[in-house]
Amino acid sequence: MPAPETVLSVRDLAVRFGRSGVRAVDGVSFDLGTERLGIVGESGSGKSTLGRAIMRLLPNAAHVEATTLDFDGKPLLTRPEREMRTLRGNRMALIMQDPRYSLNPVLSVGKQVAEAALLHAKIGKKDAYAKAAEMLARVRIADVERVMGLYPHQISGGMGQRVMIAMMLLAKPRLVVADEPTSALDVSVRGDVLNLLDDLVRENNSGLMLISHDIRMVAAFCQRILVMYKGRVVETLTKLDEAQHPYTRGLIASMPDPRNPVRRLQTLDRRAIDAMEART
Amino acid sequence: MSLATSAGAGSKPGVFLLRIGRSLKNALTKLSREPVGLFGFIVLSILIVVAIFAPLIAPYSPTTQNLPNALQAPSWEHWAGTDEYGRDILSRLIYGTRITIQTVLAVSLIVGPIGMLVGIVAGFVGGRTDAILMRFTDIVLSFPSLILALSFAAALGAGLETAIIAISLTGWPPIARLARAETLIVRNTDYVAAARLYGASPLRVLFLYIAPMCIPSVVVRLTLNMAGIILTAAALGFLGLGAQPPAPEWGAMISSGRQYMLDNWWVAVMPGIAILLTSLAFNLVGDALRDILDPRHARS
Amino acid sequence: MIEVSNLSVSFGSGEARRQVVQGVSFVVGKGETLGIVGESGCGKSTVLRSLAGLDRHWEGDIRLAGKPVDRERSREQLKLAQMVFQDPYGSIHPRHRIERVLAEPARAMKTGDGWSRVAPSLEQVGLPANFAERFPHELSGGQRQRVAIARALMLEPEILLLDEPTSALDVSVQAEVLNLLSDLREERNLTYVLVSHDLSVIAHMCDRVLVMKDGTFVDELDKGALEKGETHHPYSEQLFEASFL
Repeated sequence: MPAPETVLSVRDLAVRFGRSGVRAVDGVSFDLGTERLGIVGESGSGKSTLGRAIMRLLPNAAHVEATTLDFDGKPLLTRPEREMRTLRGNRMALIMQDPRYSLNPVLSVGKQVAEAALLHAKIGKKDAYAKAAEMLARVRIADVERVMGLYPHQISGGMGQRVMIAMMLLAKPRLVVADEPTSALDVSVRGDVLNLLDDLVRENNSGLMLISHDIRMVAAFCQRILVMYKGRVVETLTKLDEAQHPYTRGLIASMPDPRNPVRRLQTLDRRAIDAMEART
Repeated sequence: MSLATSAGAGSKPGVFLLRIGRSLKNALTKLSREPVGLFGFIVLSILIVVAIFAPLIAPYSPTTQNLPNALQAPSWEHWAGTDEYGRDILSRLIYGTRITIQTVLAVSLIVGPIGMLVGIVAGFVGGRTDAILMRFTDIVLSFPSLILALSFAAALGAGLETAIIAISLTGWPPIARLARAETLIVRNTDYVAAARLYGASPLRVLFLYIAPMCIPSVVVRLTLNMAGIILTAAALGFLGLGAQPPAPEWGAMISSGRQYMLDNWWVAVMPGIAILLTSLAFNLVGDALRDILDPRHARS
Repeated sequence: MIEVSNLSVSFGSGEARRQVVQGVSFVVGKGETLGIVGESGCGKSTVLRSLAGLDRHWEGDIRLAGKPVDRERSREQLKLAQMVFQDPYGSIHPRHRIERVLAEPARAMKTGDGWSRVAPSLEQVGLPANFAERFPHELSGGQRQRVAIARALMLEPEILLLDEPTSALDVSVQAEVLNLLSDLREERNLTYVLVSHDLSVIAHMCDRVLVMKDGTFVDELDKGALEKGETHHPYSEQLFEASFL
């Protein structure tokens, strides 16, 4: 599905770590429009590194190279760190697995959201609090008054993700990178958080990169899926049924499905996958 | 990591030696990436060699007086000058390393095991035992070590042994606290839970599961403490409560050189440099050890 | 094989006293696999830890292999049931070589020297014998979980208690570990109690599932019901829907 406007354009992105020159990400190219793009792979496939490379959040030991890495039509790699910092606070956002690590542990939730309101909406202090409460209500937090007084370690993971999303509703980022946003959450709140993310990107007309190991969840939520294996994109899908690559098929088959019970689960035939990769 | 891929079919002691060799090599590779730590290690190694071979290295006797030669400035004959009795300061410093190393080793060997035992038992048993042991630790911790050493020396008579005991008495509480903190973390891990499930006795858990996890941080802490031990020992020597004259203790050397400091600076400054270098070396080595042994502090 | 009646667990005392498990009863037959599914904090892990003998705050009655067990287990009672933990990175001593990890159960129980059984037990869980030399940090998550399973089987228990054994693993590795568990169950006629938040894993492995919420079982589903997606309680229906987005 071609995107109406391009948020992010990536060509031949490669990330090398240290002197060893191991490529964690190797020649990845894609365009992200105002859509929901899923990035799927096992741990070590380079999917998280890819997300962080785009945000330029990798440690100094990592060398990031790309022929193109454009965000909103302007190159990212050449920008100074100071510019990146303002960009990350405003135009791009990262949602991590455990939100309690991304929130400031010594400030109450209400203060942090109000701070975001102060920063982005250019309003007075009092209005900022009202705005914060409004945003927290919008991410379906019941009992907003009480939650605003809590500190990050006192809230649950699901609540934390909602707070993160509330802050992003204020910042209105153009690009949201969500790295396993639901894998630390209980199943029953996963759906809610995903729906809120969906609302967020629709409302702001922004692009979402959803990074996850759960191919079925990604397939249900995203319009397009990139499948990564050993740092490379092996396949781009819109539906799981289209999967051609043995790796993608293996991933799907190795998940137990209660509706199609099997006696033994299929496991990945890594030799066949590597043979396939060697051919291309 | 190429460790342990080649499973040796040799005898048990052979395998053991092989493993020790491999981990030593590993540690050396890591150390070579820390130039500052490497510098500390080299200084320390030199010190130990000097301490062992002091009689061979020292150009003069450390105690024989030579009054006509008193208070000579540093020269080719006497690199660090001579003191008020005409003794060669460099030779005295060289013999002094023996006293310093002796003190540091003795204190560490007393403080390490005592601190670890108190800390691990307090952390593992918990409850009332923990409360009693830790309050006792707090009491000892609040004693100023120099004052305690003073009263101790007054009671038992001044000397190197008294100094060692006095420093040890106040040295173990920080180790105990550290070991207790580590134990509290390890006690609640799944591998200790698993050990309880397969019936490991408390003693077994203590020695085979918890102690190995505490040793690295205790070793690091001890190494960092060594600098402090040297300074305390020097202070005791300076106050005349450590090793007694004519033993070439560095602190005592500064103390006696104090009277001549304005005209003959080298008498006090040379031992001062020795103390500075040694305690610096211990600090650097401690920092390097922390990076090597404790992955939590590893640099990216 | 396992009979539990009126099991209650509470932590803390006075004002802060919280009842985590509220008088649950269930029976697991020999060779059967029982699943307990629920969200974090529902008490499912506490039930498992009480069965294993790790939690001693329980009241009620637990019988393993027909015999009642005490809060403080004897060695004989410990041998009946062993546990596999969720986090393969935290359940193996980081400074023990794999050979020590596997030899420890026998050595701690004083039933033989243990070293001689390291190689066969590694083979049994599909790992090469030269892994005995390695340290845990040289193994992947899936390989560590295999070692943890091998360790749990060293005392030849009849019951294996599995606490989210695959939730820290990749799906492809999860499949390998689940297959291994199925094979071992068949070979040794083991009885499993599997606790998980992942309904698809539970449905794949278990003959029967108990749905747990706030310390009680609200629903019980057998294999047929799981396949058809039948539920008898709104909460389990909600879980079902959430699991299959």
